[in-house]
Amino acid sequence: MNLDFTLEYQEFRAEVRDFLETHKDSAPRMSDRGVRSEKRRAWQKILLEHGYAARTLPKEYGGHGAAPDALKSRIIAEEFSRAKMPGGISGQGINMLVPTLLELGTEEQKQKYIEPTLTGEMVWCQGYSEPGAGSDLAALRTSAVLEGDHFVVNGQKIWTSTAAQADMIFCLVRTEPDAPKHQGISYLLFSMDTPGIEVRPLMTMTGQAEFNEVFFTDVRVPADQIVGQRGEGWMVANATLTHERGMLGDPDAALSRLNSIAEIMQKETVDGAPLMDNAVFRDRLIALQAEVFAMKFNGMRLTTSATQKKSGGMAGMIVKLQGCELNHRLAELAIDVMGEYGILFEDSPFIRDHGMWQTAYMFDLGLIIGGGSAQIQKNIISERGLEMPREPKVAKK
Amino acid sequence: MYFGLSEDQIMLQDSVRRFLEAQSELEHVRVYAEGDDALAGQLQNGLMELGVPLVFIPEAQGGLGMGVLEAALIQEMLGRFVAPSAFTPAYGMAVAGLNVGTNADQRNVWLGRIVGGDVVMGVGVTEAVGAREGAGLTLSAGAVSGRASFVMGAETATHFLLAAGDALVIIDRAADGVTETALTTIDKTRKTIMLDLENVTCDVLEGSAQPAVETMINVGRVLLAADSFGAAEMMLQKAVAYAKDREQFNRPIASFQAVKHMCADMAARLEPCRSLLWYAAYAQDNVPEEGPLMACMAKSHISEVGKFIARTATEVHGGMGFTDLMGLHYWFKRIGFNRQLLGGPEKTRHDAAVLQGFSN
Repeated sequence: MNLDFTLEYQEFRAEVRDFLETHKDSAPRMSDRGVRSEKRRAWQKILLEHGYAARTLPKEYGGHGAAPDALKSRIIAEEFSRAKMPGGISGQGINMLVPTLLELGTEEQKQKYIEPTLTGEMVWCQGYSEPGAGSDLAALRTSAVLEGDHFVVNGQKIWTSTAAQADMIFCLVRTEPDAPKHQGISYLLFSMDTPGIEVRPLMTMTGQAEFNEVFFTDVRVPADQIVGQRGEGWMVANATLTHERGMLGDPDAALSRLNSIAEIMQKETVDGAPLMDNAVFRDRLIALQAEVFAMKFNGMRLTTSATQKKSGGMAGMIVKLQGCELNHRLAELAIDVMGEYGILFEDSPFIRDHGMWQTAYMFDLGLIIGGGSAQIQKNIISERGLEMPREPKVAKK
Repeated sequence: MYFGLSEDQIMLQDSVRRFLEAQSELEHVRVYAEGDDALAGQLQNGLMELGVPLVFIPEAQGGLGMGVLEAALIQEMLGRFVAPSAFTPAYGMAVAGLNVGTNADQRNVWLGRIVGGDVVMGVGVTEAVGAREGAGLTLSAGAVSGRASFVMGAETATHFLLAAGDALVIIDRAADGVTETALTTIDKTRKTIMLDLENVTCDVLEGSAQPAVETMINVGRVLLAADSFGAAEMMLQKAVAYAKDREQFNRPIASFQAVKHMCADMAARLEPCRSLLWYAAYAQDNVPEEGPLMACMAKSHISEVGKFIARTATEVHGGMGFTDLMGLHYWFKRIGFNRQLLGGPEKTRHDAAVLQGFSN
């Protein structure tokens, strides 16, 4: 254990702070999450120039070309969060497609797609889940039939975030209908402007359409828009799913939520006394605080594993399950301590924290289900982490 | 920055693990629990040979000068093997108290005698956490009277280090006026007693008694958390092994999702506790401003997760988990014992709230 930073890292931290101080007027607001926001793209450009976005990606594709250093990444995240300034553009294009292309794309695909994705000019959506293929993703049925030099795509995707704004989609389709289900899938990239694509917003319980349904009718995709070989799409997709799970369950978000709740409990009163004086609420707060600390230290341990190029093992496997659940329970406590004020929603008068708590409470349930449901996470933990056997396959009738 | 154990710490823990694998098998523990004290003495000698009791004692007094983290790694192993050992009170809490609560002479004398092996301390600080039934000690003219309840370390103690109001005192176990009442607790691997004292001659420590008692409690909380963590880890391991072995409906029960998810839940809740424990132990020596808070966090949270694992791992074993044959209850009870001592989860969370100015 040594929680001190060496001089090199102290200097790096000072450098990041300096940058943030110098450029604070260029930063968009934290709530500015629009994928088409000009302010965000301008900010992204500055971040790319200074290596605070796409830091470790190769220079030839528009990255900064720095050697991977988990500690420096950690310092950047900490300092941006401390300054309450937004980091670079995230989203499925940058987080999932780019790493996949770097690993498995052709040189032409890398040249064509990575840089505009990093700058935010090219927005992507992910076409994986289908109405009949959720946890059992490999059961997907959207078909792609090769006709001459084009695949012709027919079928439906669901849970497609940003589909309405996206320029492009990375999409799993079935190209080999007679092969076993995991071996009949291919990974295609195509424009959302291609004729035959219809996007329908999917309204959720939060009152917003965070997702879409996407319908394909005879969508013609050039045959060279495939990543990997025909039938290898499952393997290609699994390379990106690992990246998605890493995005969910961030301990910093939990810590900042916890601090906000403590603030509410100290500031707001019931019968003239601060909410913090209620021993039951206080006990719940501290119990959650202990879990937040545990996840924070678990995250520090994972950072150390990453700097040593070691797998985080069980400590990594449990992050999505525990982190999402913890965030959900924090939102639940915030609502409970606020009593009647807890039910205020959307843009109601008297609402607290811009209405984030009810929205978070509902949306987090979505996160517990999405990106590999809690039950699928438990299968992974028990099978890969504890080496328990898989459920026997049910024989096909 | 490096958040993890050093090679030396891993080696220390491994050497204790190897020793206990051989010396604290369940059959041995059973014999001890049934009233044959030989194992405690045997373990004590073996641990002494490994240098374990010296780990936390400063080098100036002949110890190895390591920290609470090393002590926690040892205690984790003792919990893992439900070892009948008074390490937490004798070589953790007492040493912490003597480091802070003594003048230089007393420190040299008492720690020196502990290193020499002719003194083994038990500790009584329950009333400094919360005095039930009006218990407590008072000091008058160099003699101590009253009741110290749930005194820890009675299996090996020759002396007791006791909180007496605002003072910290040492008494000889064999002194006149000492009445012991042995307690039967759920945990037969450790011995806890009531001490009733009547004008017992004592050595009043001439250091900062209040900080010393607080340090003893903080270190004790971290070490009890470490014990529960080790015990919980073993229970999970046993549950997984049993589930792989046990067949019903012509397949190992480990292939049923209902069973797998119970095990995954245990692993998911337990793994972050390891990092919390490491940090809480490390903070005692290296981040003193966070030490008391982190001791509360580790004690309360690991007690809760420990309880969850104690019942869930027992359930995974089905009816066998409930029997004495399997012996799983030794771990179950160890976790239950640790939960109540030095402040249960509600008490330690309350202390955490006070430390942060959330309550008074």
